[in-house]
Amino acid sequence: MAKTQLKEKTAPVVDDKRIELRKFIDEMKTKEHADSHLIDVLHRTQHLYGYLPTEIMDEIAQAMQIPTAHIWGVATFYHYFKLTPPGKYEISLCLGTACYVKGATQILQVIKDELKIDFGEMTDDGLFSLGPARCLGACGLAPVVMIGERIHGELTPKKIVQVLKEYRKQAGKEDGK
Amino acid sequence: MNVTPYRIILCDGTACINSGSRKLAAALQEQLAQHGLTDKTTVGLSGCLGMCDKGPILVVNPGYTIYGRVTQDDIPEIVEEHLVHGRPLARLAIQEDHLYNRFFRVFGDAKFFGKQMRITLRNCGIIDPENIDDYLSLRGYEALAKALTDMTPEQVIAEVEKAGLRGRGGAGFPTGRKWKLTAAEKAAPKYIICNADEGDPGAFMDRSAIEGDPHTVVEGMAIGGYAIGAQQGFVYIRAEYPLAIRRIKRAIEDARSAGLLGKNILGSNFSFDIEIRLGAGAFVCGEETALIHSVEGMRGMPRPRPPYPAAVGLYGRPTVINNVETWANIPVIILDGANWFRTVGTETSKGTKVFALAGKVVNTGLIEVPMGTTLREIIYDVGGGIPFGKKIKAAQTGGPSGGCLPEQYLDTPIDYESLARAGSIMGSGGMIVIDEDSCMVDVARFFLEFTQDESCGKCTPCREGTKRMLEILTRITAGKGLPGDIEKLERLGTMIRKASLCGLGQSAPNPVLSTIKNFREEYEEHIHDKKCRAKVCKSLISYEIGEKCIGCGACRRVCPVSAISGAAKTRHTIDQDKCVRCGMCFNTCKFEAIAKG
Repeated sequence: MAKTQLKEKTAPVVDDKRIELRKFIDEMKTKEHADSHLIDVLHRTQHLYGYLPTEIMDEIAQAMQIPTAHIWGVATFYHYFKLTPPGKYEISLCLGTACYVKGATQILQVIKDELKIDFGEMTDDGLFSLGPARCLGACGLAPVVMIGERIHGELTPKKIVQVLKEYRKQAGKEDGK
Repeated sequence: MNVTPYRIILCDGTACINSGSRKLAAALQEQLAQHGLTDKTTVGLSGCLGMCDKGPILVVNPGYTIYGRVTQDDIPEIVEEHLVHGRPLARLAIQEDHLYNRFFRVFGDAKFFGKQMRITLRNCGIIDPENIDDYLSLRGYEALAKALTDMTPEQVIAEVEKAGLRGRGGAGFPTGRKWKLTAAEKAAPKYIICNADEGDPGAFMDRSAIEGDPHTVVEGMAIGGYAIGAQQGFVYIRAEYPLAIRRIKRAIEDARSAGLLGKNILGSNFSFDIEIRLGAGAFVCGEETALIHSVEGMRGMPRPRPPYPAAVGLYGRPTVINNVETWANIPVIILDGANWFRTVGTETSKGTKVFALAGKVVNTGLIEVPMGTTLREIIYDVGGGIPFGKKIKAAQTGGPSGGCLPEQYLDTPIDYESLARAGSIMGSGGMIVIDEDSCMVDVARFFLEFTQDESCGKCTPCREGTKRMLEILTRITAGKGLPGDIEKLERLGTMIRKASLCGLGQSAPNPVLSTIKNFREEYEEHIHDKKCRAKVCKSLISYEIGEKCIGCGACRRVCPVSAISGAAKTRHTIDQDKCVRCGMCFNTCKFEAIAKG
């Protein structure tokens, strides 16, 4: 692919996240085949921000000398990258085969009814966002959801309602402080 | 007071961590301190034992007693009875039957391991995956040393070729031949890639193998590098596997500090190092040319082959790509020899295969069996059969690229050719057991929804064809199937299989075609009789309130569309025109008065 040479501007380095990201990019640029580290850079960005903000992708384009269109193409190709900010509690509902045959769609319906959101959406209070997961590899505990970093397994419609309630309570407590 | 120095191993696989294994460690230390056993007992971690549904797992050595479903409250009893008095706790121990292979000396009598033979997973659950000394103590890196000192690269390739090892990623291409082709290329540098982008829903072999024994993969790759003349290797692993990523990283670092990776390994002229690249959730990246594009930092789209990666691979250079499981077999072949390896398995498929057994089966988890074991042995002897006395309907192998095999194929021996003849594929090793509660049309639709979503969009047959097939299937499950739909699916499926660019498209119709072949009557019922015998397809079922109704009104209150009416303490009725078949009433009723029909 012919690469257009972009004029590198110094991005406004204003916060810690930007500084850390910039450092990571500079380190990647010293390596052989620097462009091939783009996906690593996007991973780092998502790790820092929780998603891939458009303006940061522009900055990556300048820093790595890769066209924004190419970065956008990569970011939208992979399911793992999120382009909108996630809720405080990210719910990943496993739709792997084992979970599916053990009733994941029922669980999905309950979550949808309970939170009034669909895949890719966030509740109005910013508390929960919902996304599908292909397989969380916890097939022995099917059906499962991952909320944040925690796996909740052997779910039933009743149990998932209970789980959501607990997260609400926890959020309420944290707000109270 | 018993003074036997015990070694306790806690399974530290993902499933066990999720069911609370890490809390056990603290409780265990506390109890040991209380009994003054801290100095006499060591507590270690291990990778996945594969008995995921019985987690958390705790193993006490010597004696190889395996405890399952251990809770914090059980710890005092285990310590008191087993460690202090030397009486293993029968209540929690998993001990049933006899074993027949070399696994015996380690795991004793547990039925789950009876038909298994562990080559790839030989160290999983035995060593601490984050400790290189554990691996070294079990002949770790001996194979690499043997290859570097006693064998030429040609001899290594010849040994792998003679062993008859075939790619464990699914297609089953002979590994030795792949290496030979790459070694013969003149271009340099050459690359080694380990494909750990396990995307099949319902498969977790690669994750568990790396989590349980990362050094085997590192060693296998180093041997491969020596054989083909590569100095750089890459592990392409899913970002969704944080624990596996951490362990393989650690293994690479430890191997590097021990001089087993890096420059002039073990004093030889051979230098080799490994880098990790993260995937980002694209199923198509399991295809080798797509994976290469992803490692290069681009969209993971496949390209036409030839040229094969053996000639034009990563950065345009000759590249060998093998699956995690394939790499894990390499040290064993070099160490124990091709002649021994050939004794395991069938005529055309040598060695063992790891399966992730899940779905409607009693023991779910990770298993490894010799090639040639039948599906029945796997499901009933290793898997413990179908729970709740239900009947098996099908075994699904190969994930979204595979097929569903009905009961009459249960005696099919597992090897690449037999499974292909039966209408499925070996695939990477997902095995989902389906019982009579699942609708085959719905299962086919589920898999196609997956492949359709994961289709990268580069070639038309896959991009458009899978979409049209999905539309037809959705229509059938919604009760709007038309006569001739089955034939349309068959025609489309055959065409997509023939015309698609890569393995994803070529295998995407498999679940549909195999269910049509084996369960045609279910499709016909959906289309002509508007009936779903498994009562899964929502539009094809109805709810009725029967005589057991006492008129409590619970169902009337939960019904979201107010379709249920009736006075208190009299039998209620459902207005079928209003009913949206959500099933809330069915789930709410405490008197089993509501029937699904």
